Amino acid sequence: MSGNPEPRKYKNSLLNWIEFRLPIISYFEKEYGDYPMPKNCNYLWSFGALATITLMVLIISGIFLAMNYTPHTDMAFDSVERIMRDVNFGWLLRYIHSNGAAFFFIIVYIHILRGMYYGSYKYPRELNWILGVFIYLLMMVTAFMGYVLPWGQMSYWGATVITNLFSAIPFIGEGLKTWLLGDYTVGNATLNRFFALHYVLPFVILGVVGLHVAAVHVHGSNNPAGIDIKSKNDTVRFFPYMVMKDTLATCVFGVIISAVIFFGPNLMAEVDNYIPADPLVTPAHIVPNWYLAPFYAILRAIPDKLGGVLLMFGSIAILFVLPWLDRSKVRSCNFRPIYKWFVMLFFVNFFILGYVGMLPAEGLYLLIARIGLVYYFGFFLIITPFIHKIEIPKSLPLGISDLYLGGGKESPTPTGQKEII
Amino acid sequence: MAENPDNKRRDFLQLSTITLGAVGSAAFIWPFLKSMNPAEDTLALGTTEVDISSIEEGQSITVKWRGKPVFIRKRTETEIEEAKAVNILDLKDPEQDVDRVKKEEWLVLVGVCTHLGCVPLGQKLTDTKGEYNGWYCPCHGSHYDTSGRIRKGPAPENLPVPPYSFLNDTTIKIG
Ligand code: HEM
Ligand code: FES
Repeated sequence: MSGNPEPRKYKNSLLNWIEFRLPIISYFEKEYGDYPMPKNCNYLWSFGALATITLMVLIISGIFLAMNYTPHTDMAFDSVERIMRDVNFGWLLRYIHSNGAAFFFIIVYIHILRGMYYGSYKYPRELNWILGVFIYLLMMVTAFMGYVLPWGQMSYWGATVITNLFSAIPFIGEGLKTWLLGDYTVGNATLNRFFALHYVLPFVILGVVGLHVAAVHVHGSNNPAGIDIKSKNDTVRFFPYMVMKDTLATCVFGVIISAVIFFGPNLMAEVDNYIPADPLVTPAHIVPNWYLAPFYAILRAIPDKLGGVLLMFGSIAILFVLPWLDRSKVRSCNFRPIYKWFVMLFFVNFFILGYVGMLPAEGLYLLIARIGLVYYFGFFLIITPFIHKIEIPKSLPLGISDLYLGGGKESPTPTGQKEII
Repeated sequence: MAENPDNKRRDFLQLSTITLGAVGSAAFIWPFLKSMNPAEDTLALGTTEVDISSIEEGQSITVKWRGKPVFIRKRTETEIEEAKAVNILDLKDPEQDVDRVKKEEWLVLVGVCTHLGCVPLGQKLTDTKGEYNGWYCPCHGSHYDTSGRIRKGPAPENLPVPPYSFLNDTTIKIG
């Protein structure tokens, strides 16, 4: 590049002026215009775009909420009530933000499960997957801190229970907890720092999303067949095809989330959080946000403090190493007749864990949580690493375009066994 | 190349610069981390004086001390008997009842479950007191006995006894 300007390529002289000094125009053209998308991708491939848009919505609604919010234990609850009653459209901002957070998790869960079903985490997309799990982790931390801000009963006791998890760590636990809280109990110091962090972490997430997308664009997107792009015929350009498709997905999503915001804004909220925090009275039944509930179920399934905490963190940490646990060379579950069902069962199991995580940990619910816990870890540690020894994958098509030759999804004639190991 | 004395000199300079930079960065980070620990005013230990003259046998009150609930219970004869009768070898966190009280009838505890910090039930007469007739934590089901010792459930330790003293027969100073 040094001193050797690229030939001018844009008709618009302003674009040329910018491009000459900072080549971002060609960058966007390459990544979001020409970028080749496998042409067999279904609508599950729109959830990345949906997640990005939801993140932007959360950041924007959050900044406007912050203009009226007061992070002090004496005023936080009232300032949120003031947002709801007195600030113009404050109720809308808050309902967009709280339901936006819930939908952010729904979208990201679908996005993750898509990756698991189609084996998108495998070579050469491991780092892309790791960055994704990292985003998920940051999201959980951010949402947890956001949930503390309205300073209701659930905010306070949720924060107490979760920060106490750290006190289970031998030797340094108590000190670490006090350091995180800035006090011996959840108090004003805690609320203040949680607000500061809740403000900044979404921007960190945005940065990691940038890396996550850059990583996937290096080798291109995976697709429902899980096979590599072989020729130009296998792909369509990002613009206009994917841009249009993602826009349609966004419109449908907009309708759904609007329906919830306007007609059931508290469907996913806890009534107890409309009672101001009281450090002397624990609500009869502490419920986490539903999107964190599966992990809460795992925590409570173990009758030992340290054990429960270790398994809970372990259940998240294990996601990082999934690319190395799965030893099958076939990516997509469409071609894995046995593993496919175990993956689907994993989804159902995760959902059930979330469900019992919001109910009291007693009797049948506790038993279900324990069975769910065993399957959760069994799936990652036994089924995923060893299933390929007994599973005979279906024959893979030679290329993406071959999928369309027979008219059906899978061509009746075997199209070659080359990729099966 | 390696024999060139200039290279040794350069290696030394490089290494010492990097070391200095690392030490400097660590020193720079320290005050930031430290600032997150409890501030001086938070640390300043609070004390609370409580008038216990109006508490009847079998009743409890809850007072706030350093942001936490403290339980003060005037135990009945049976409750004291129960607490003393336990073989401490059966306990998860073995402690004699006598080591947990200053006067037998008065039990003073920090009312924070040692599992994950909820406030156990058992203060009101109508509360469930759990299988050992003391306190029951509804969060994840820990049962405490009439000495505040953990008997069943995920909590690892007994309810702690805060520092306190009797100023006279009817007043307790906590802290
Ligand atoms: C990753 C993006 C974000 C997530 C997942 C998220 C999540 C949440 C959640 C779950 C709540 C509690 C909602 C409730 O029950 O009322 C909340 C509250 C809040 N958030 Fe965020 N948030 C995000 C970004 C932001 C940003 C960028 C700001 C900017 C300052 C912000 C400012 C606030 C404020 C002021 C509140 C308290 C007001 C309220 O309770 O509605 N948030 N957030
Ligand atoms: S906090 Fe009391 S049992 Fe978990």
